[in-house]
Amino acid sequence: MLLHSCSCKSRDQSCFMSHSLFVCSQQKELTSKKRDEFEDILEERRLSSDLRYAMKCYTPVIYKGLSPCKPNAIKTAVLQSEQVQYVIKQLAKEMGESPDIIQEEATEILDEMGHSMQLGAVRFFISFCLSELFCKYWSNIVCSVFLFQLQHAIQEHPVVLLPSHRSYVDFLMLSYLLYTYDLALPVIAAGIDFLGMKIVGELLRRAGAFFMRRSFGGNRLYWAVFAEYVKTMLRNGYAPIEFFLEGTRSRTAKTLTPKFGLLSIVMEPFFKREVFDTYLVPISISYERILEESLYAYELLGVPKPKESTSGLLKARRILSDNFGTIHIYVGQPVSLRTLASGRINLCPYNLVPRHLPQKPSEDIQEFVSDVAYKMELLQIENMVLSPWVLVAAVLLQNLPAMDFELLIEKTVWLKGLTQTFGGFIEWPDNLCAKKAVTSALALHSNIARLVNGHVVLNDKGEEDGAIGEIVFKRALAILMCGNYRNQLLNVFVRPSLVALALQMTRSFRKEEVYSCFSILRDVFSDEFIFFPGISLKDFEEGCFLLTKCDAIQTTQQEIYLTDKGSVIVSFLSAMFRPFVEGYQLIFRYLSKETREAFTEKQFVPGVRNFVFQLLEKGNTQCYEALSSDMQKNALAALVQMGAVKKKKM
Amino acid sequence: MAAEAVGSGGGSPSSARRRLRIISGHLRGSGRAALSPSPCKAQGGPAGPAAGSIPKKRQELLKWNGWGYNDSKFIFNKKGQAEFTGKRYRLGGMVLPTFKEWIEKTFGASLEHKTTSRASLNVNDVPPSIVNEEFLQDLRATNISYSQDAEDRVFRAHGHCLHEIFVLREGMFKRIPDIVVWPVCHEDVVKIVELACKHNLCIIPFGGGTSVSSALECPEEEKRTIISLDTSQMNRILWIDEKNLTACVEAGIVGQDLEKQLGESGFCTGHEPDSMEFSSLGGWVATRASGMKKNIYGNIEDLVIHIKMVTPRGIVEKNCQVPRMSTGPDIHHFIMGSEGTLGVVTEVTIKIRPLPEYQKYGSVVFPNFERGVACLREVAKQRCAPASIRLVDNAQFQFGHALKPQVASIFTSFLDGLKKFYITKFKGFDPNILCVATLLFEGDREKVLQHEKQVYDIATKFGGLAAGEDNGQRGYMLTFVIAYIRDLGLDYYVIGESFETSVPWDRVLDLCRNVKERIVRECKEKGVQFAPFSTCRVTQTYDAGACVYFYFAFNYRGISDPIHVYEEIERAAREEILANGGSLSHHHGVGKLRKRWMKESISDVGLGMLRSVKEYVDPNNIFGNKNLL
Repeated sequence: MLLHSCSCKSRDQSCFMSHSLFVCSQQKELTSKKRDEFEDILEERRLSSDLRYAMKCYTPVIYKGLSPCKPNAIKTAVLQSEQVQYVIKQLAKEMGESPDIIQEEATEILDEMGHSMQLGAVRFFISFCLSELFCKYWSNIVCSVFLFQLQHAIQEHPVVLLPSHRSYVDFLMLSYLLYTYDLALPVIAAGIDFLGMKIVGELLRRAGAFFMRRSFGGNRLYWAVFAEYVKTMLRNGYAPIEFFLEGTRSRTAKTLTPKFGLLSIVMEPFFKREVFDTYLVPISISYERILEESLYAYELLGVPKPKESTSGLLKARRILSDNFGTIHIYVGQPVSLRTLASGRINLCPYNLVPRHLPQKPSEDIQEFVSDVAYKMELLQIENMVLSPWVLVAAVLLQNLPAMDFELLIEKTVWLKGLTQTFGGFIEWPDNLCAKKAVTSALALHSNIARLVNGHVVLNDKGEEDGAIGEIVFKRALAILMCGNYRNQLLNVFVRPSLVALALQMTRSFRKEEVYSCFSILRDVFSDEFIFFPGISLKDFEEGCFLLTKCDAIQTTQQEIYLTDKGSVIVSFLSAMFRPFVEGYQLIFRYLSKETREAFTEKQFVPGVRNFVFQLLEKGNTQCYEALSSDMQKNALAALVQMGAVKKKKM
Repeated sequence: MAAEAVGSGGGSPSSARRRLRIISGHLRGSGRAALSPSPCKAQGGPAGPAAGSIPKKRQELLKWNGWGYNDSKFIFNKKGQAEFTGKRYRLGGMVLPTFKEWIEKTFGASLEHKTTSRASLNVNDVPPSIVNEEFLQDLRATNISYSQDAEDRVFRAHGHCLHEIFVLREGMFKRIPDIVVWPVCHEDVVKIVELACKHNLCIIPFGGGTSVSSALECPEEEKRTIISLDTSQMNRILWIDEKNLTACVEAGIVGQDLEKQLGESGFCTGHEPDSMEFSSLGGWVATRASGMKKNIYGNIEDLVIHIKMVTPRGIVEKNCQVPRMSTGPDIHHFIMGSEGTLGVVTEVTIKIRPLPEYQKYGSVVFPNFERGVACLREVAKQRCAPASIRLVDNAQFQFGHALKPQVASIFTSFLDGLKKFYITKFKGFDPNILCVATLLFEGDREKVLQHEKQVYDIATKFGGLAAGEDNGQRGYMLTFVIAYIRDLGLDYYVIGESFETSVPWDRVLDLCRNVKERIVRECKEKGVQFAPFSTCRVTQTYDAGACVYFYFAFNYRGISDPIHVYEEIERAAREEILANGGSLSHHHGVGKLRKRWMKESISDVGLGMLRSVKEYVDPNNIFGNKNLL
């Protein structure tokens, strides 16, 4: 899936990394090939003027079947479509209202929703503003594009771009990229909250964003209009459609479990054979330093997220006076939906109902949509770029409160090797010595950790000693911020680590027992990490394989043995995931002890938070990460899924 | 009857009268079939078979390894120009100056790369005839004509699927009939079926041999003696009832003879499948055939009034000849489409009509296929479809164009140029996108002209431009010569076939686009080195949908197993059709070629219903051609 040899670089190869000499395995070859693909798109930008860039001759590659039309023509087509008209008539009949009134409502929905992409605005916004910002605050934006494949896909089929979502910066990143590479600009699904921001909302709209309400499950008119709007653009090949599978920015840098609604909308034209195929493009955007890092930590601790506002954004500029390192964009190979679906689904239900009627997808289809969503997220994860700081953070968190600098370097290098064995994709220039790499990582993240007297410590103290609560809060903040970088490693590590945890927990050598423990852990953490649905055994085998690969274990048909070298690795891995195990234990303890009867979801998070906070104050636990609302929600979701907790609508 | 009603070609080029002239032309060449000595008394009819266009020894008139008449074929003459030989068709003896270039351009084929078929059937390759002596004795006692000759048997071992023709050209079938019998009347058939039951033998009915669904192929694993029951000698019109406008006809009569003989009395059935020169009435019934002019005359299920069929369980028929009856499910519908699995259709009472007074061809050019389909949909909606209305896509339009004979005078060529200029330059139609609808009107003169105006008015609303009678006529000609063209292609590494489906109106465009795209993709994936020719036409219109007909051909140079590759691609195309909401077949039938999709098509229970009928009617599987179920 991952790599076909692709030589698509017409520009100067800014080979910012040379081949890694680490381990000579196939994995490594892939990795180094991957590296060669990258090029810096800011480099050229820095050499020429923004104005020239904005005015550059832009003749993008577009869909072959496109009949060009204006954004307003799309709205009209949507409004007049059989699909929307059908729902309007249904509703009119049911509510006893005139169809005109409902039509009016639909028009309003469309006006709220619709983008009004203008090339002029895009040129101004993307090339002028963003270039300015990007060049100023980021040292590089490097990207790897299967340019030929993407170009081909855009020409031949409707294309859906599926980037990971870690930051607001994601929003126009791809527009910027596609503009640079002379490809058709995408329309982007954005949350309606952006419209609250006066000028920015409208600017985004002109840059191709369209807006969806956060929840509209019950509103049939809204659903019909929205779905038809997206599908019309897709069928016409109007523009690539970009949206975030995760639904929202991940505050923890871990990939969130996918949302299926929009994905099933874009897949439907293919199911109904209104298009021959649809290409899905997984895209990984990795930040060396995330713009919203401290904001996220506050949010996880329950300090409410500021509402999106223009002034808020202007204030955010203050943050921007810093350097944020490198952004890596990896545009994965376009995946053909037709190929994914081949032999898997029965389309008969679609043949028996007129295609314009709203139809609930069969279980078969729902399962397929879910599988595709997970597959795309796993592809995103595979191509995420990990910076040395991520390794440093992971090591540091296991050695608090302070760690010897030399030891940190040594451990970091060790972890680098392990990560690469597990298939992680690390940005670590060969010619850069470990010390320099760690030093520069620390420099970039000086707000989180610093070097004091040959020891590295977290910035977890306030300026003055405050109350005990204050100290706990400050410390939690630092640990969560640091943890959010370590989290980037977790999806690469989760399979071998859960095997390691299972080995430790069962203290058994029997494969069967270890597997059943693994299986339970996997279920418990099913919302915490991304697992492809239903392949527990395969995940277990992969975990075992990776542990064998790094000589941590040896396996026979029936048994698993730890090697001498293995105990170090296994204990490191289990320590890495210990915060989750302990955090979940705390949450379960809260549920079994503190809640007697039914509770609302709203009560749950503050309840757990207070419970954990008190334990931390008393020094009865060291698990600061249990304060993370993300972890709390995931734990609850897993319990609901496993049937331990029941959800009822009141 | 296992004969396929509609093969991939063989229609008549011209108006009904011209058609008749041609058909009478066929007669002159063919010898009179030998009269059977057995006395066969049918009501009012003469004893023994009438003189049919197709002789008992089919090989005397028809190609043994290709489509149609021995004397009619495409060749490249000494100058390297394409030419159609023989005098049977309007195109006969004409030079087609642009055809060679079209072939080279479309297929990447070259005249230097040629494959040749075996010159004749090698009798030594033919599996031996295994027939037990007791049965032969019984058979001789009935005085029914039979043959164990290798040529006779091979001729009845196949239809006209690509793989069957390919086998004829380069190999040999593993299993063929052991004996051919020629009953001359219903009673003969009863005797043969009785004997087969007595000796537990397998019967495969044979009508015109134009099947394109592998329906005539003998199951390889069949251990019993296989009898090919050739109905061709049961070809009389038994009576004509002018008051009720019906005729009772023996099922072995082929289309052209039926129309010719009815024509002598001033009537016609109007049932004209493209294979009507060769396909038989019984075959039409057995496959649920559809005719080109169904808009006026109806499909076979609309035409049939009464059917007599001989089954191992006995004779099945109704007690009266009425337009409609409410007596439970119509038993005719067990018979129509049974593809020779239940018995032999021996006599059919069919509706007839007075010969039309006037016929007129026509054509309309549309700026693109989408507009054309929209126009056909509107015509269907207003229920004013002419006898035939077809919409060919751009590729097929160009194909038709390549078959234009050399023009006779400078004046015609000047006119052609002017027309082209008007359409492409003045009206701005893109010659690589435009498409053409061909029309055939029939009826009394005044009504035809009125009708014509109505249809052209609708066409104008969809951007259509009238493009003359000549283009229309050439469109219809294409359908009958295309089967001959396949034989030419086979000589130059080009293989191809047609397939069809029916589909609701709103899915027509998506289906056409997706199936063509799928074919192109599959070819690429399977290593076909030249872009395939894949084209379609909307060939019939109905209230609720349309019938779409595809042609698909490619140059197979560089592929070691072209037939396998071809079959995989055709299979993929069928999957695509089904996924797009199309049917398994509109009129070709299922045979053995499309059996695997039957369950999906009619559900488990549906299939069980059909099976239970088979089990009752033919518990010992005497009619063991293994079609359909």
